[in-house]
Parts: sequence; structure tokens; C-alpha cells
Amino acid sequence: MSGIDPVVRQTLSRIGVYVGVCVATVFFALPLLWLVLTPFSKHPSYRATLNGVSLDNFDKLFHNPQLWRSLRNSIYLAGGTAILVIVLAALASYALSRVRIPGRDQLLYALLLLSSIVTGTAAMVPIFLMLYQLNLLDKQFAVVLVLSGGLLPAAVFMLKDFVDSIPRSYEESARVFGASPSQILRHIVLPLIRPGMATVGVWALVQVWGNFLIPFILLSDEKKYPAAVVMYTFYDTGGQPNFALISTFALVYSVPVVVLYLIVNKRYGFSFQGGIKG
Amino acid sequence: MRPRVGAIVACATAATLLLAGCVSGKKTKTDPTKNTSAKNVSLTISANDIVGGKNAAEADWITKDVIPGFVAMEKAKGVTAKVSFVGAGVDDEKYKTKLELNLRTGKASDVFAADGIWLGELATAGYVKPLSQVVGNAATSWDGWAQISNTVQQNLTYQGQLYGVPNGTDGRVIYFNKKLFAQAGLPADWQPKSWDDILAAGQKLKKVSGVNPIQIDAGTPMGEATTAQGFLPLLAGTGQPLFDATSKKWQGATPQVTAVLDFYRKIYQGGLGDPKLQQDQAGRDQSFAEFSKGKIGMLVEGDYFWRSIICPDKSTTACNTTAMPDRNTTVGYALIPAEKPGSGVNGQDFVSVSGGTGWYLSPDTKYPQQAWELLSYMGSLAAQTQLSKAQVRISARDDVNKTTLGNDPLLTFIADKVLPITVYRPSDENYVAVSVAIQQATADVVAGKSPASAAKTYQNSLEKAVGGSAHVQTG
Amino acid sequence: MAAPPTSRPVEAAAVVTRPREDSDVAGLGRWRAGAFAAPALVLVAIFLVFPALWTLYLGLLDYSLGGTTAQSPQYVGLRNFSDALSDPLFTKALYLTLLYVGFSAVLGQNILGFLLAWYFRTAPGWVRVIVNVLVLLAWILPGSVVAFLWQALLDRNNGTLNEILHTTGTAWTIDHPMIVIIIFNIWRGTAFSMLLYSAALSTVPSSHLEVARLAGARPWQQLRDVVLPTIRRHVLTNTLLITLWTFNDFTPFLITGGGPDNESQTLPVFIYKTALLGKQQLGYGSAFSLLLLVANLIIAVIYIRFLRGSKR
Repeated sequence: MSGIDPVVRQTLSRIGVYVGVCVATVFFALPLLWLVLTPFSKHPSYRATLNGVSLDNFDKLFHNPQLWRSLRNSIYLAGGTAILVIVLAALASYALSRVRIPGRDQLLYALLLLSSIVTGTAAMVPIFLMLYQLNLLDKQFAVVLVLSGGLLPAAVFMLKDFVDSIPRSYEESARVFGASPSQILRHIVLPLIRPGMATVGVWALVQVWGNFLIPFILLSDEKKYPAAVVMYTFYDTGGQPNFALISTFALVYSVPVVVLYLIVNKRYGFSFQGGIKG
Repeated sequence: MRPRVGAIVACATAATLLLAGCVSGKKTKTDPTKNTSAKNVSLTISANDIVGGKNAAEADWITKDVIPGFVAMEKAKGVTAKVSFVGAGVDDEKYKTKLELNLRTGKASDVFAADGIWLGELATAGYVKPLSQVVGNAATSWDGWAQISNTVQQNLTYQGQLYGVPNGTDGRVIYFNKKLFAQAGLPADWQPKSWDDILAAGQKLKKVSGVNPIQIDAGTPMGEATTAQGFLPLLAGTGQPLFDATSKKWQGATPQVTAVLDFYRKIYQGGLGDPKLQQDQAGRDQSFAEFSKGKIGMLVEGDYFWRSIICPDKSTTACNTTAMPDRNTTVGYALIPAEKPGSGVNGQDFVSVSGGTGWYLSPDTKYPQQAWELLSYMGSLAAQTQLSKAQVRISARDDVNKTTLGNDPLLTFIADKVLPITVYRPSDENYVAVSVAIQQATADVVAGKSPASAAKTYQNSLEKAVGGSAHVQTG
Repeated sequence: MAAPPTSRPVEAAAVVTRPREDSDVAGLGRWRAGAFAAPALVLVAIFLVFPALWTLYLGLLDYSLGGTTAQSPQYVGLRNFSDALSDPLFTKALYLTLLYVGFSAVLGQNILGFLLAWYFRTAPGWVRVIVNVLVLLAWILPGSVVAFLWQALLDRNNGTLNEILHTTGTAWTIDHPMIVIIIFNIWRGTAFSMLLYSAALSTVPSSHLEVARLAGARPWQQLRDVVLPTIRRHVLTNTLLITLWTFNDFTPFLITGGGPDNESQTLPVFIYKTALLGKQQLGYGSAFSLLLLVANLIIAVIYIRFLRGSKR
């Protein structure tokens, strides 16, 4: 490689990067074409074409009684779960990272594996029966608890990496200055693992936002259904998928999550460079 | 600290085993005389409908017609009734799962909708009980039964007992495109008398370019449609039912089953049908689209196809892109013939298969008599007529059909000609597993296997599904 | 200029940030650590461990949601497991799952996610936003909508792909089911890896990269010598998580339904079809879940060995 002129090499690699990014962009965008075209199409079908442009579909959607209610429910469920998971996982990962409890690693891996059972369909009957016994059916906060339980192991797993990579010297210095463990956690550790918490938060939010089975099984009042469940009800009178509503709703459904991600990215961002704060 | 982890595991396991007693179903004691003279009654209705979404017409009927009508009727008797509707509107599998979970814990709605083919499963699980047990005499002596033919009543009957009130029914026919038939030199009033007639028409259509001659549902992606629209009507045409209620045996790799699979072979391995359509996950929807565009010659489907897929209404909530504005003149329909004249079940020349949903009562209802009043109200002439006016379909009641189907030629055709010759699917708890085995058998033939080997695989799966070869007949 | 550095001058700097043996620097103490971890552990114990163990217990019964076995399930011991293992489709499904997980997750999502995250560090803002949104949309859309998207893309006669490539009539999902679902999963899940690696890369001190650059290291060498060692545990966590999730993912069912003649029937799809559709044989389904768990456990153990082996 040393024989090639550095400028040529730079240009070639730059072109390579541009081409790569273009290919990747097309790769992700192409299937999304249907989502972008169909809501604006006069006769939405399963094809990705514009059959005459109109905003009728949005009009129909906004008049649908379930739209805003389900989005509110989704925000409550997803937001609630994300916050709960971030808080509990931050506490737990810090404790588990700094203090050596025997069997800790094995426990974490075991919990991680069990979480894959509970997010599957086979567990829905035990979960339903358990909540029935606890009299927690048809309650949204119970759904939050169930979903949080399923997401916590992976969240702790992820956050622990971030906590582990914080140099101990920071905390040692703080100790020397007389800070208590809670203060250390709040002022030193948490700011440093912000990217990790942002990742866990977005991930948890997305998991709950798109979760159909648990809310559907555990909630009976259709007014409590989140958007993911309502999405499944958009059939026309004959039982065929109502493409108009589905595509338009999918677009509207994605907006809150994307907006939230962009905000989180900007503020708590994934571009934080380590260092001691004042 | 091993003990800590071990302690957690031990506690969890102990608690699990303790509560595992809840795994088995509850035993319900029904009492028809419960709360008969209550003055304040509250009831719930649930169905797989939702206002503004799936089956919206029925949801509207329940909320706008049934509930106010019933409340008024009760008020006249001095009873204050509070009725609410719990909607769902998801696909049937998921609705069924939720329904079963609710029934198991006794939290199901007082009146709920369920498909007739689920009855076997629900009854053997103890989730539903015969009407005579839950309600008593009032149910068995209802005058509405006289308007519902015996065959239709079979749909909601299990082991001779009625479990609910049928809501609607349907029938299957062969739809064909008259324009394509004209091009192929076939008559517009075509009525095949045997399987050979169908194949012959297919051969003629094959000569018209760009046309897929025959679409009979096959393969696993189409699910129950393969069994109900494809396999079972053909099997009925060979003379034996799928499940013999007297000998309690299912048809295994019998000559009749092999004959049906051979018919599939002639179509899909003989260039008369499109095998890839049966293998595509979205194949059924694609076949609908193709028929509506005039690319398919013959298609076997139920009246659902006529009403909700190719209707002339192009709006997005009706038939949208599969609408056929010239449906009434372009699309013809014919009875499904038996293999040969007279070889069908009961010696029939023509056959069909029907299904339908019904309204059931939860055995845990607090108000059995009032729930029955609601149920019979929903099945009454007035209410059923309202439903048919909101969304024209074939009601379970003959008197309703007489007055509401007048405008629709196909529905009248089905009510008059198809319902008398139709069979219903067995309401046995193992039916669904059997249906899956059937779908796989057709999938094998479509993929190129011989009918004999497909039948053999089918027999093995069947034996596994119904608990042994004792319940299977092979000869 | 001239000779590429054969030594690794930056490694010494990187070592400083590698933690020593776990030590309680904040003076937490066992009890307070317990208190911090308790809320999470309690929630997990009630809402995760208990139902999960119960589900596994169901694997020993012939339990189903409907039918006679719903009313009185019988203890069948290991029969569900032996039935599952002796089903010829099981081994095929396991093999297909390994292919699916290996190519789409371990290789596909991992590498693509990392490359995107790496690129984003120096990409112009607007490019970053656009690509981010696209990748994210693929991840957050519900399965039912995604099924429509890919149907519109791959449809035999009217699909977007066939129109672009002028190959109308090619039935992608029928002729190349495994390739389709592998590419589909890369499309669907890269967002998570991209997210995690972005966060992980942000923990790499820029000073180290500066030092490396000044010492003449080229980008791929910076990558090898500075970045990867620093984020090693993140790489392993990500790979472990996406392996686990992909192993349990039955979304391919929405695209190919298990493929023509079971050709794309991965284990989760197989479980979904045999145990959970129609008459739901939950006992059978639970037994499968346990077998799946064992497979995941084996993989997890392999990863852990790898992780432990890397602690030099």
C-alpha cells in the first residue's frame, strides 16, 4: 500500500465511503418506499405506487376515534417502561459492577436467557394467569411492570459495560473528597454513562412501542390499547387489510419515536467524549 | 454467595409449583336460576369487531341497534339493563387466544362471538356449556330455531347439544370470468357436472394467453382457506365426510383423499394452475388481485369473495383495488360438482362447504336468563334484519334471508341452492391440527410430490394429531 | 511518512483505562449494593423469573389452551422433548437458524451497525440525520407493516425490486427464501447495533486517537489498536444480545411463512407454527422454548469463554 500516492489513496477511500453510504442509504430506503408513497395515494394497495395523489387518507385517519387515544396510550406505556428500566438498570448495574457478589455473572446470564422465554408467545398464559391472580388485569401500569421485567436483564447487561469502563480513579478522587456513594453515582457515574442510558432508553422505548402481544393479552378495554395493538385492527369491513389506514397510521406512529430519538441524540448524544466534569 | 442465588431459585420453584395448581381449568357449576328476578342487570358483549375497523358494520349494529333496543325492551319489563360492548378487531387467531384465556379465568363476556369450528376445542376444554345447561328451557324452546335449518344448527352443535345461536353462514361456489370464458369458447352459463368438466374447461382456458386457468386454494400459507375452500369441497364430492361422527374416525390415506390430491396434481403439475401462488406468503391476496384484473379463469371461494373482495365499490373501506365495477355482468358462479354425478355426500350431484360464526354464552355469566334474552334478541328477526341491512350477508335465519337478499343474485343463489347441499366442518377439538395436515398434503402435491406419498405423510400427521391410528380409517 | 508503525505506541495509553479487578471504590458495601440492585431484582423475580420458570414447567405437561388437555393436563415428563428432538424438521430448523443468526446478526448487523456508527463520527450532520432516520424506521415499524413493505418490494409481478431490476416474474421469496430473510433481518435490526456502537464509540477518548494519528497510524490501524480494544466488551455484549434476540425472532414468518416447503423455517418460526398456531399446544411450545434456551446457553458460554480469554 505504501507505493500509492497518499492523495490518490485518500480520494479513492473517500469515493469508496461515499459509494458505501449511498448503497446503504438505498438499501434502507427502498423497502420504505411503500410507507412513503401509499399514505398519499388515492387508491392504496399493496404495491408501492402513487395511484393519484391525495391527502384523503390522512383525513380519514385523523377522524378515526382510536388514533390519538392509542398514541397517548403508547406514550404512557413506552415512556413509563423506558424510565423505569433506565432508573432501575442504572442503580443495579452500578451496584453489580462495583461490588463483587459471587454468582453475579452467572445470574445475569441466566436472567438474560430467561428474558427470551418471557418475551415469547409460550409464556403468555403463565403471565396472564399470574396477573389474574394478582388482580392486575386490564391495568396499564401492570403492563409497564411486566414489560420492564422482561427488558431489565438486557438493560443491566448493556449499562454494566458502560459503568465498567469508567476509570475508577474518578470515584476514588471523589471518595477522598468525602462524597457518599449516592453522590458519586449521581454526579460522576450517571453523567459518564449518559450515552449508555440513552441507548437503553431508546431501545426500551422501541421495544414497548412495537409490542403487540403483552398489551393485547393483558388489557381488555379497547380504550387502553396502545398504537401497536390498534394497528392490527385496521382491516376493512371485509377483513382485508385497510392499506389506507395502515400505511398512514404507520407513518404517524413512527413520528414520535423518530423525533424523540433525534432529540435524545442531540442532547444526551452519542458524541460525548469522556473527561472529568467540574 | 451460592446460597443467595440458590435461595432465589428455590423460592421461585416452590412458588411456581404452588401456583401450578392454577394451570388446570376451573370447574364451573352452572345455575340457570341465578339472579332471574334481578332488577339491575349488567351484561357485556364481545366480538372480533371494532368500530371504525374490522367488521365495523357489525360493531355498529351492536352498539347502535342491539344495545339500545335490548335496553328499551328490558325497561318495558321494569328491568334496568346496562350493556356494554367489548371490541377487538384483530385477526381471528389472536382473538381466539384472548377469548380462551378469558374463558379459563371466568372473565369472558356474557355474550361472545366465536367461529363454529372453535366449538370442539371450547367445549372439550369446559369453556362453554350446552345452552340447555346454562339457561334451561327458555333456550331449547325458542321460536327462532324454527327459522334456522338443521344443517346450520349443526355448526354450533357439539355431541348433539346446542351451544349458541348461529349468526350467519356462507357457502362456496366456483366463480368464473365470463369474458375469459367467451374467449376460450366456453358458455356464459357454465355449470360443470364433474371434476372432468372443470379440467376440460381449464384446458380450454390454457390456450388463452396470459390466463391462469384454475385457482383452487392449496398449500400452507393460505391456512384454513386451503382446507375450507379447496380440499373439503373436493372431498365432499367423493362421497365421504372428513370425520365420521358415528364411527368417530377421520379419513386417512383413503382412496377418496388420494383422489382429491390427484385432482390437485392434475391442476398444479399439469399447467392448469399457478404453483407459486400457493407457496407465496401473500398468495391468497395475490390470487384475489389477479382475478379482479381478469387474469384467472376460475376461482373457488365463498360468498365473502363476492361481497368483500370484488364488489363494485372502489372506496378504500370496501373493495378498493380489487373492486370489479362490472362484477354482476362479468363474473359468473356455478355449483361445485361432485367427482362424478351422484358421487357426492348423501348421493348429491353438487356439494359445498359452509362455516359461520355464532353467539355463545359464558357459563360464568351472573345473569343466565337475561343473557339468554340478549342472545335471543340478537338472533331475532328484527335484529338480524337490521344487521343484514347494514351489511348484506347470509343470515342463519331463513326468514331474514328471504327479505334481505332479494337484490343480490349470488347471495340468493347461495341461500336457495347451496345451503341445502352444504356440509359443515367437524367441530372436533382436533380439527385444526387435521386441517394443518391437509394443508401440508396439498403443499406437497403443489411442490411436485406424488399424491400417494403426500397421502402417506398426511396419514402420519393425522394419526399424531388425533391420538393414534385407531381413530383413522384407511380403506 | 514512510514506514508504518510496527509497534503499538498507543496500547500503553489504552491500558490505563482498563479497570483492575472489581473493587468497591465508592465504598458501597454489600448492603447498599444490595439496596441499589434490589428494586431491579425484585421486579425481575416477580415478572420475569416466575413466569419463565412456570413456562418451563409447562414443558413437562401436555398443556394446551383449548381442548381436553386444557381442562386436565397430564404430566408427560420428557415426552414433549423427545417428540421435539425426534422431529426431522427440528434439526433442519436448527441448522437454518444457525445460518440465519450467523449471517444476518453476527456478521450482517454487527458489521454494518459498526461501520455506520464509525462513519457517523465524521459525517456531515444532515447525512447523519437522514441515514439515522431510515435505519431507525426499519427497526421501529411494527411487524405487520414491515410485512407489507417487503411484500410491495418483492412481489412477483408488481414488486418494486422486480421493476427496478427489470426481472418481472421472479419470485424472490419462493426461489431464494433464506437469502431474503437474511437480508431482511440485516435491514430490520441494524439500528440496534448502530445505536450501541455509537454510544460505545463515544467512550473512546479522542486523545488516544489523536496520539495514534500523530504517530502515523492509518484509520484501520487506529481502529485495530485503539478503538477495538477499548470497546471490546461492548462488541461482545452487542454480539451476544443480537445473537440471542435473532435466535428467538420469528419475524421471518411474516415474509416467507417458513418458506416454500419449510426451506426457510428457522426454529422460532417452527415453534410458532407447530406449537402456537391453531390448537395451541403450549406444553409442546414450552419444551421447544427450553431447547432453544439450551442452544442459546451454549452460545452464551462460548462468548463468555471468549470474553474471559481476552482479559490479558
